[in-house]
Amino acid sequence: MSDAPTGAPVLVTVPGTPGTGPVTDASGHPHRALNPHDRGPARAASSGFWSRRTTRVVGGALLPALLLAAWHHVTTAGLVAPYQLPSPASVWAAAVDLQQRGELGTHVAISVQRVVIGFAVGALVALVVAALVGLSRAGDVLLAPTLAALRAVPSLAWVPLLILWMKIGEDSKVTLIAIGAFFPVYTTVAAALRHVDPHLVEAGRAFGLRGAGLFRSVQLPAVLPSVMSGLRLGLAQAWLFLVAAELIASSMGLGFLLTDSQNNGRVDRILLAIVLLAVIGKLTDSVLAVAEKQLLRRFA
Amino acid sequence: MSPTPTAEPTARRGAHAVTLETVRRTFATPAGTRTVLHGLEVELRAGEIVALVGPSGCGKSTLLRQVSGLDTPDAGRILLDGTPVTGVDRRTAVAFQEPRLLPWRSLTGNVALGLPRGTPKDAGRERVAELLRLVGLEESAGLRPRQVSGGMAQRASLARALARNPGVLLLDEPFGALDALTRLRMQDLLLDVHAAEPTTVLLVTHDVEEALYLADRVLLLRNLARCPEGTPSVARVIDVPGTRPRDRADHQLAELRAELLEGLGVATHHVAPGDPDAHHSI
Repeated sequence: MSDAPTGAPVLVTVPGTPGTGPVTDASGHPHRALNPHDRGPARAASSGFWSRRTTRVVGGALLPALLLAAWHHVTTAGLVAPYQLPSPASVWAAAVDLQQRGELGTHVAISVQRVVIGFAVGALVALVVAALVGLSRAGDVLLAPTLAALRAVPSLAWVPLLILWMKIGEDSKVTLIAIGAFFPVYTTVAAALRHVDPHLVEAGRAFGLRGAGLFRSVQLPAVLPSVMSGLRLGLAQAWLFLVAAELIASSMGLGFLLTDSQNNGRVDRILLAIVLLAVIGKLTDSVLAVAEKQLLRRFA
Repeated sequence: MSPTPTAEPTARRGAHAVTLETVRRTFATPAGTRTVLHGLEVELRAGEIVALVGPSGCGKSTLLRQVSGLDTPDAGRILLDGTPVTGVDRRTAVAFQEPRLLPWRSLTGNVALGLPRGTPKDAGRERVAELLRLVGLEESAGLRPRQVSGGMAQRASLARALARNPGVLLLDEPFGALDALTRLRMQDLLLDVHAAEPTTVLLVTHDVEEALYLADRVLLLRNLARCPEGTPSVARVIDVPGTRPRDRADHQLAELRAELLEGLGVATHHVAPGDPDAHHSI
């Protein structure tokens, strides 16, 4: 056996196994649909009508449009009393009215701000704790039972304590929202880290990866899809907790708009707040959905 | 085997001799301690190919994991060129039975995982390209593992192990999951690779033919669960005659094959040529 001479290129070239090479197009790129082992985007592209972008947008808007039409019909036809269900037009009028008084923007802005800060803090802490619990046996033994117990506490149970400790202000509300965002992120990510394919982790170790390097190269990419779904669940829960926080003690925000309108009998504003929560919640979720799609394209 | 005089940053270190001294490994099971390896005394010469065969549960893979440093023996020690293995050793590289490629990386990215830490970027890229050429995957370098066949994935796994410039290459049934024809091609590929990149190879296999075709020596291990306490793990060491590449239809190998299969407890229905019963005299 001889050693490789300095600077020599490859000594042996074994041609690809016939029949197992990828089917490529003229420019040498693998032809997705023709490669039997490729379970990639070819499937999505080939399933036609329901995967088209326009179909998705129009199809998704169909049900809300129908609901709006039905709502309009039952209210204008006088099937329900306006004090129980005001018409879409009067809800729109309420929105315009609030906007002209300069209150609508404030309510929306402060609620979005609370959710964004609370969600960011809660999700960040959750990711760190999930890494501790999911990656180390000690973290799992010491932390997991306590966290499971805390998760069982209903959100409203925290409110009296938070108000007592932090007073009625932004801190107590943001903290409540952070608690809300924490648990879905923590639970999803910790479970995903615990179930990263041990074969891949061992392969990483066999090639000298340890600690942070192993986490970066193997465990983190493996759990990224779960991190994203955890974040989306956490964001949805942040909105739930926002309303809980604002219903109880606040002078601004969509939750305040709900309680205030209830006290004044403004059903149109109640509906307006509900519609705004739905729309803004969906929009913020869409931001994460786009990020998720990008990540899945890279890492799945 | 002389060390390669080379200025390459990814300089090859050459093959290492492997010494196993009274290695013992036991596992705790609900039924009590089970000894998987015992009294293992093995010496692998630098650059030789040694095949490990034995019945299921005889500790072939466990032995491989001891040498790689992924697992540590309960007693005895393992030396590479005289220095003991403690933890995952940078002088060894493993290719597993399953390719175990990272699904989110291209084949290039997966092979690059094997590069020693601190390899300069350019040199690393060149080395990965060279290895992909060596295993015939240069056309598929940009594909993800799920886009390639099992044989291609296994070749990428082999290239990843080679990227480490191992002095000892540990192969755990690397071709076990491949179809028969691909397996034969992979065996020849391994011999080509061995000729191109000097390294000691320890190969776990279930396939006696494969062991005899590839190896300089074959170690037959026992399943200690079925032996009296204190029996050493190695049942036999067989020197395989001839030089590689061997004739797959070699008559002498057929004899050894029968011997090994008997050792594994498989009925071969083989009649030795020297046996008078074999000749139907008139």
